[in-house]
Amino acid sequence: MTVSFGQYFQGAATARRSFQRGAMLAAIVISAGALALHPAAAQDKPAAPDASAAAPAAKDALTYSILYVRQTREKPAPLSLLDLPSADDGIAGAKLAISDNNTTGKFLNQSFKLDVIEGADAADLSRQALEKITAGTGYIIADMEPDSLLKFSDALAGKPALIANVGSADDSLREENCRANVLHVAPTRTMLADALGQYLSWKQWRNWFLVSGSQPDDKAFAEALRRAAKRFGSKIVEEREFKYQSGSRRSDGGFEQIQQQIPQFTQNAKDHDVVVVADESGQFGDYMPYRTWTARPVAGTSGLTATSWHPALELWGGTQFQNRFRRLTNRLMTPLDYDAWLAVRVIGEAASRKQTTDFKTLSAFIHAPEFEVAAFKGVKTTFRNWNGQLRQPLIVTTPKLLVSISPQPGFLHQFTELDTLGIDKPETKCKAYAQ
Amino acid sequence: MFRSNLMLSATLAALTLGFTAVPASAYTAYITNEKDNSLTVIDTEKLEVTKTIKIGQRPRGVVLSKDGKLVIICTSDDNIIQVYDAKTLEFVKTLPSGPDPELLVLHPDGKTLYVANEDDNLVTVVDIEQGKVVSDIPVGVEPEGMGMSPDGKVLVNTSETTNMAHFIDTASHKTFDNILVDSRPRVAIFNADGTQLWVSSEIGGTVAVFNPADRKLIGKINFEIQGIAKEAIQPVGVRITKDGKKAFVALGPANRVAIIDTATLKVEKYVLVGQRVWQMYLTPDDKLLLTTNGASNDVSVIDVAAQKAVKSIKTGRYPWGVVISKD
Repeated sequence: MTVSFGQYFQGAATARRSFQRGAMLAAIVISAGALALHPAAAQDKPAAPDASAAAPAAKDALTYSILYVRQTREKPAPLSLLDLPSADDGIAGAKLAISDNNTTGKFLNQSFKLDVIEGADAADLSRQALEKITAGTGYIIADMEPDSLLKFSDALAGKPALIANVGSADDSLREENCRANVLHVAPTRTMLADALGQYLSWKQWRNWFLVSGSQPDDKAFAEALRRAAKRFGSKIVEEREFKYQSGSRRSDGGFEQIQQQIPQFTQNAKDHDVVVVADESGQFGDYMPYRTWTARPVAGTSGLTATSWHPALELWGGTQFQNRFRRLTNRLMTPLDYDAWLAVRVIGEAASRKQTTDFKTLSAFIHAPEFEVAAFKGVKTTFRNWNGQLRQPLIVTTPKLLVSISPQPGFLHQFTELDTLGIDKPETKCKAYAQ
Repeated sequence: MFRSNLMLSATLAALTLGFTAVPASAYTAYITNEKDNSLTVIDTEKLEVTKTIKIGQRPRGVVLSKDGKLVIICTSDDNIIQVYDAKTLEFVKTLPSGPDPELLVLHPDGKTLYVANEDDNLVTVVDIEQGKVVSDIPVGVEPEGMGMSPDGKVLVNTSETTNMAHFIDTASHKTFDNILVDSRPRVAIFNADGTQLWVSSEIGGTVAVFNPADRKLIGKINFEIQGIAKEAIQPVGVRITKDGKKAFVALGPANRVAIIDTATLKVEKYVLVGQRVWQMYLTPDDKLLLTTNGASNDVSVIDVAAQKAVKSIKTGRYPWGVVISKD
């Protein structure tokens, strides 16, 4: 059953109103202002207990340049004003991590700085990045579309540069299209769907009514949900595609028609416990809760969702972390901010443990199985050594508050329960990582 | 000790777990309940709650004044330290701190309080009598653990996100050494003769033991519990007996306290306690160890000699800090 969405809008515009993410062009450079106050900090060189003797001649600080690459892309505006992204979404998280790294760095004579480049064209972004790499930048945080990220990482192949993907949940980037110079901090679609699937299974809501959008991203997430249902003992009892032409986001009115349309669309579905929605571009999913024909909860990309971070998360010392972010930005921390923070902390952690700027040493350490970063998740976060994907607990949440943390108790794994989320080692198609 | 009390205590223990515990003297334990904004007072002889009072918001770290007359509490969400009379439990005064004070330690002189403010990368030095901030010491991100050397010369602060133990000269208030430890260090504590410094790393899952004299690592303790996921073993609280022979490490969501021989740094026993055990305190005679179990809203009482939990005592919600007075 399909319903054309556009026709319900008053004066439906044919063209999508596009919302361009940010127009921040000025590169943000965190200066190396936090210079070493206590240069003698290495464990093997204990300073004298007398504080006055604690400052031997200052060496040059070790400087770590990190490049944040943001691909500007045309995106349809979200349904709700609450979901309008900030101009510095993601970049602000990276800035907080630079500040955290510099606080630690002042005890180790290390300083971190961030440059930002933006643009729509992947080739142009790689040209700019290559210039930065020549000038000594080895670490790149990338918020890009999957295709562009592939082109970008291939253009940088063989260069002393490590890319951390924070912008795409696409599983193929970690599987058949994995690249040795890319780590993935953002969780994958399969990880997100599994986090949700485990919770729904724990809740015994095992019969799912899947509603998916018609965009390729929606279809990819729907596929991840189907996979999750199968893995955790749930069943998709009914599946419908929601076809729509998104009109103008704003129109005076609109609810009258939506109020009629959603019940009609969800009518006569086979008996189900929960409606699961796959609408990554956010064009109709938020219309589902409270409007379905039968009274059922909504999960997926709307209602109950899975995410790497939530602005109201206060577990595991998260309060102070949220406060630091708010002081810096005067806004709340989004999942993209968190992923970017974590990507920059990975560099900071490697730098403080190895105390060198040598790219090979740091890159090898980050790729080593023992590498770990504490990231306000209650357990250490680590990288899967078969495809470079960060393993971490995921948050299952309503728009306002945390509901649970996945993996759920009882979903066991031979090595780590965190690998019950997403594509596991035996199924991986990634060949670029030595196994 | 009165005979009747002794019998009562033994009977209670026997009722709880079916064996006879070493009777304890009547000390008073003060437990902060993070979620309830309250302080639970426990008689360690009867092993019963004698009183619960409302205090400031999100109470966490708690210490006693040198003379034992005052209970000094970090009320984190009020961004202040509250002081209560240990006997009457009446509110006495507040002391300043930085934002979000979490743990504190008293200088052996009894006059100076050092407070870790989790929210501003500073250790605040407070003069108790004057009620004034004397100094702020910059440390790493999210300062937490606070260990004072027995001679009062060295303060060790741990910073949770920087992953360091910062050694601070208490005379100059300057850091003179910074040592990297495993992820998310929560607690630092010296043994009674100052020959060992223990630092727990919650996410790293280890406890590092240093020689404070040269700040070299003596050894690192790893934990392994059958049937418990490695990630769930998260060391937080550490306590060491006065004779320096045994150390106790609270293992968070592993719901166990490890008992460690301080000479060999080997774990002798894992004692099952309540859920998410974080902080602990020994009775002044070192016979009992009280643990705060945040997720199960109780305190477990461990008989130190028998190496067994003998009782659990219901507290307010999310018990966090604990201190025991000799009175």
